[in-house]
Amino acid sequence: MKSETGFDHALYDRFPTKEARPNGEVEELERIWCAPRGWQYLTVVNNNYVGVYYLGTAFLFFLLAGALALLMRVQLAAPLLEILPQGTYNQVFTMHGTVMMFLFAVPAVEAAGVLLLPQMLAARDLPFPRLSAYAFWAYAVGGLCFFASLFIGLAPDGGWFMYPPLTSKAYSPGINTDFWLLGIGFIEISAIAGAIEIIVGVLRTRAPNMSLDRMPIFAWAMLVFAGMIIIAFPSVILATLLLEIERAFNWPFFDATRGGDPVLWQHLFWFFGHPEVYIIFLPAAGMLSMIVASVSRAELVGYRLIVLAMLATGFISFGVWAHHMFAIGMPPMSNGFFSAASMAVSVPAGIQVFSWIATIAVGRRSFSTPALFVIGSLLVFVTGGLTGVMVAMVPFDWQAHDSYFIVAHLHYVLIGGMVFPLFAAFYYWIPMVSKRALSERLGRWIFALMFIGMNIAFMPMHLAGLMGMPRRVYTYLPDRGWDLPNLISTFGAFVLAAGVLLFVIDLIRNFRPAPAEGNAGNVYGGGTLEWLPSALYSTRSIPVIHSREPLWDQPGICDDVAAGRYFLPRSATGKRETIVTSPLLAEPQYLQIMPGPSVWPFAAAIFTAGFFLALTVQAYVFGVASGVFATLATLRWLWETDRPVKEKSVDIGAGIRVPTYVTGPSSHGWWAMIVLIVVMGMIFLMAIFSLLYLMGNQRDYWVEPPDVADGVAVYALHVTAIASAMLSRPVLGRSAAGAALLLGAAVVSTGWASWTDWGGWRAILAPQDSGQAATVHALLALHAALVAIGLLMAGFVGAKAAAGALARPRSNTVDLAALFISYAALQGFAGSLIARLAG
Amino acid sequence: MNADRLARALSGWPPPVLDPAGPYSEPVTRLAWALLLGGFGVLAVVIAALAIAIWGGPALKRRLGGDRAIWIGGFAFPVIVLTALLIWGLTLTSRLSATDPIAGEMRVQVTGEMWWWRVAYLDESGRERIRDANELHIPVGRPVMIELASADVVHSFWIPRLGGKMDMIPGRTNRLRIQADAPGVYAGQCAEYCGGPHALMGFVVIAHTPADFVRWQAGRTAPARPPESAGRRLFEQRGCAACHTVGGTAANGLAGPDLSHIASRRSLGAGILPNDRPTLSRWIADSQALKPGNRMPAYRQLPADELRAITDYMGSLK
Repeated sequence: MKSETGFDHALYDRFPTKEARPNGEVEELERIWCAPRGWQYLTVVNNNYVGVYYLGTAFLFFLLAGALALLMRVQLAAPLLEILPQGTYNQVFTMHGTVMMFLFAVPAVEAAGVLLLPQMLAARDLPFPRLSAYAFWAYAVGGLCFFASLFIGLAPDGGWFMYPPLTSKAYSPGINTDFWLLGIGFIEISAIAGAIEIIVGVLRTRAPNMSLDRMPIFAWAMLVFAGMIIIAFPSVILATLLLEIERAFNWPFFDATRGGDPVLWQHLFWFFGHPEVYIIFLPAAGMLSMIVASVSRAELVGYRLIVLAMLATGFISFGVWAHHMFAIGMPPMSNGFFSAASMAVSVPAGIQVFSWIATIAVGRRSFSTPALFVIGSLLVFVTGGLTGVMVAMVPFDWQAHDSYFIVAHLHYVLIGGMVFPLFAAFYYWIPMVSKRALSERLGRWIFALMFIGMNIAFMPMHLAGLMGMPRRVYTYLPDRGWDLPNLISTFGAFVLAAGVLLFVIDLIRNFRPAPAEGNAGNVYGGGTLEWLPSALYSTRSIPVIHSREPLWDQPGICDDVAAGRYFLPRSATGKRETIVTSPLLAEPQYLQIMPGPSVWPFAAAIFTAGFFLALTVQAYVFGVASGVFATLATLRWLWETDRPVKEKSVDIGAGIRVPTYVTGPSSHGWWAMIVLIVVMGMIFLMAIFSLLYLMGNQRDYWVEPPDVADGVAVYALHVTAIASAMLSRPVLGRSAAGAALLLGAAVVSTGWASWTDWGGWRAILAPQDSGQAATVHALLALHAALVAIGLLMAGFVGAKAAAGALARPRSNTVDLAALFISYAALQGFAGSLIARLAG
Repeated sequence: MNADRLARALSGWPPPVLDPAGPYSEPVTRLAWALLLGGFGVLAVVIAALAIAIWGGPALKRRLGGDRAIWIGGFAFPVIVLTALLIWGLTLTSRLSATDPIAGEMRVQVTGEMWWWRVAYLDESGRERIRDANELHIPVGRPVMIELASADVVHSFWIPRLGGKMDMIPGRTNRLRIQADAPGVYAGQCAEYCGGPHALMGFVVIAHTPADFVRWQAGRTAPARPPESAGRRLFEQRGCAACHTVGGTAANGLAGPDLSHIASRRSLGAGILPNDRPTLSRWIADSQALKPGNRMPAYRQLPADELRAITDYMGSLK
C-alpha cells in the first residue's frame, strides 16, 4: 500500500513484538493516569470519567424533560382541565422541547462520543481532554441553572423555536426569553467544543493502520455529526445573538415595522434546526450499526454504503430546513425544492435500514435486550420516516403542519431514531464502564413497556392531528371529539414512563462505575477495540489493526495488547501521551503530550456559565466579573500547554521513533484551529446571509451604503494585518518579542480598519434605524469581538515571549494566534466590502 | 339550532382533514389517503423483510443479506416511489398556490390579532366594504381569496375542511384561496403558537347559498341604527366603547372585535363558545374565566342590573 506520510508499512510487521516488557511499566502508567482524590476529583479530565458524567447528566435531563411531558399529558388527558395553568403549560412545553433537544439529545450523543471514541480508536484519550472537561462542566452547571428557571416561573414560554415577534421585547418583556437565548449560549459553546474534539480525535488519534475504511462505523457517524455541528450550530449561535441584541439594545433585526423581518429568524433557526434532527440521528444510527453487527455476530453488511448514506444525509440535510416553513407563503418553486430535498433525505435512511435488516439476515438470531431495542428502533423509525415523507409533500403539510400529526411524526422519528438506539447502547456498552452488566430480564420488560407505551402514546396523535387539533395548546374544548385520542395518549405516556422508571431501577441495581478496571467485559461479543482489556490509561499498548473487527480477526490481540506487545506499551516521556496518526491511513506521526487534571478548565467553565446566567438576570457587574474570571482561567489553563518535553523524539515500540513536538499543518492544534475558523466563518456567512436576505425583502428601508472605493484604506489595513500576522511565524526564530509585536500590530491594524469603517457607517445610520443598520453594525460587532480575542492572544504570546516560554524556532502558540488573527482580518475585510456592495 | 350546527361544525369527527368540502381541500385529501395507505404498505413490507431476516429460511435470508437487497429496498424502490410522489406533490402545490385572480372571486382580508381575527370584506379595488370579526361569511361555489396579515405576532389561518393553512406574518400579506361547495358552518383555528391562549383562538366560516349570501351582504351594508337604550349608554360609559365599535353609535374603539352584529354571530370568544345569552353575560362580566389571558379585562364589579342591560343591548345587535 502506498504510504501517506512516508511511513513504511512493513514496520507494522514487527508487531506483536516478541521480547518481554520490563517490569514497572504498567505501574507507571497507572500512576500517570490516576485520578486526583478529594475535592480535586472535580478536576479530572480523563474521558473515562468525563464521558460517564457527561452521559449521566444528559440522561438526567432526559428524565427531567420526560417528567415535564407527563405533566403535559396529565393536563391534556381531558378537555378544559386546570392542572397546569396556561402560563405554566406554555413554559413547560417550551422547556420540554428545549431540554430534550439541547440538554439531552445533542449532549447525550456527544457524551457517547467522548466516552466511546478513544476506546474504539485505541487512543489514550481524546486530543483535548481539558476541552472535554470544560465543555462538560459548562453544560452541566449552565443546564441545571437553566432548568431551575422553571421553579421560579421564569422559564421561557415562546416555544423551543422562539419565533419573533412573539419573543421580542414588545410581546415578551420578561426575562424568560433571555433565559432561553443566553441559556442556550453555553450549550452552543460546549457543543462546538465537543465537535472540535471529536473531529480532531477521529481524524488524528486512531490506532495505527486503522485507515478510514477500517474505522468503526460509529466513528464515521461521529465524524459526520461533528462536521454537521460546526456547519449548523453557527446559524443558531448567530440567531440567538441577534435576537438577544434586538431585545437588549433595540436593534431591529426581526422587526418588520423597521426593516427587519421575522422570517429571517425562521431561516436562521431552521438552518440549524433541521440538520439538528440528523445531528441527533446519525450518531444513534452509528450505534445501531455497531450493535446490530455485534448481536448478530456478523460483519455489518453494506459498510461502505452506510458511510456514503451518512455523508449524503449530512449533505442533504442542509437543504431541507424550509420544510418547516411551507406555510409562510414561499413561492411554489422554493417549496418544491425543499420538498424534493426532504424526500431525498429519506433515501440514505432507507439504505441504513435495509443494511441493518441485511445484517440481521446474515447473522445469528438474537433477542437480547440490545437486539430488541434495535428491532424496536427500526420499526418506530421507519414509521416516523413514512409520516416524514407524507409531510414532505407540500399540500399534505399545509394540512398537517403545526397539528398533532407533526407531534406524532417527530416523536416517532426521534424516539425510534435516537432514544431507542440510546437504550440499546446503554445495554450494549454499560458492561464497558460498569462492574456489572444491566439485567437482561428487566431489560425485556423495559423494552416491552417502552415500545408499547410509545405506540399507545403517539399513534393516536396522528389521528388527533387529522381531527384538526393544533400543537402547543394548553387545553382544548370538549365538543371536538379530541377527548378519547388524548386520553389514550396520556395512558400510553405513563406506560412509556413506567419502562423508563424500570430502567432507572435497573441502573440503581446494576450500574457500578468501574473506570479503573474490572468492568463486566465484552458481554455481547463485539469485535471492535473498545472491548480490549483496558484501564484508566485505556489499553496497555495500542494495537496495529488490519480489519474493521480486529477482535474477531486478529486472534490473540487481547492478550498481546495487555502484555504490551504493540505501540506505546509504556509512558515514553513520563507524562500522559497518545499517538497522533495521519488522517487517511492512520500512520503514526508523532507523540502528543496530553495535559492532565487541572482546576482551570473547571473554573473557566463555572465562570462561563456564571457569565451567561448573570447576564440573563441582569446582574451586569457579576456578569462582567464572571466573564473576566472565565477569560483569566482560560489563559491560565493555556499557560501550561504547548511546552515541548526535553526528549525530541522517542521510541514508541519496536524501535520506531517519532517526534514529540510538531508544529504547522500536521499538528493537532492546527487542525483544531482550522475547525474553529470554519465555525467562525459560518457565523460570518450567516450574518452576510441575514444582510442580503433583508436587502432582498425590505428594500423600502434600505439606504445607499458608503462607496466601495472609499473603503480602500480599510481594506489595506485589513490586508496589512494578514501579512503582519503571517510574518510573525518565520520571525519567531530570530526574535520571540518580534513575533509578539507583529501579532499585536496585526490586531491593531485590523481593529483600526474596522474603527474607520464604523466611522463611515455611523455618519449615515444608527444601529436602531433599520434592519440594514442593525445587521451592518452586527457585522462590525462580530469583528470587534474577534479583535478583542486577537488582542488577548497577542498579549498572551507577548507574556510567553517575556517568560521565555515559547518553543522556538516554531511554536504552536504563535502559529495558532497568527492563524486566528489572519482569519479575523480576512473576515473584517470581507465584511466591510460586502456591506458596501449590498446596496 | 344554531348551537347544534356549531357543535357539529366544531366536531373533530369525521376528521376534517379527511372530510373535504371544497376544491382546495379535496385533492389534498385524496393525496392524504394515498400517502396513508402507501405508508401502511411500505411499513408492512419492512416488517415482512425484518421477519424474514429474523425467522426466514436460509435461502430467503441469503437473498436479503447482501448489498443487492440494500440497493433494491433502500435505494431503487424509494427513489421510484418518491419521484412519482414528488411529481404529484409539485403539480398540486403549484395548482393550489396559484394567486392570479379568478373572475368573480371574492376578496377578504383577515388579520390575526392576539387572540382573535379581524375580518374585512373588500371590493374589487381593495376598499373595505364590510367590517367584522371572528367569522367569515362566504357564498357557496365561489372562490374566495383571503389576504392574510398579522397585527402583532405570527398566527396561522386554518380551516381544515376547506384547505391547508397559511401563516399570518407581520410585514407580509399572504394569500390563500378557499371555496366551499356546500352550505354550512366550518371550523377554523389558529395553528401557529402565538402565546397565552393560543389554544383558544378559533373562528367559524359560514357558507351561504348565493341567495342567502346576497341577503346577508345587504343586511351588513345597510346603515346600522341601534335604538337608544340603557345598555347602549352603559356600553359607552363603562369603557366598552374604548375598544369596540358598534356601527351607528359613538362606540368606535378599534382595539377589539367589531360588535356591530355581535348577536348574529355563531360563537363568542373567537370561535370557542356558543353565542347564547348566559354565555354572553358571563363573557362580559368575566371573560378571563372563559378565556384566560385574553386582552379584555374582567368586569366583575359591574352591578347585576348594568350587566343585564349591556347583555340586552348586545343581544339586540343582530
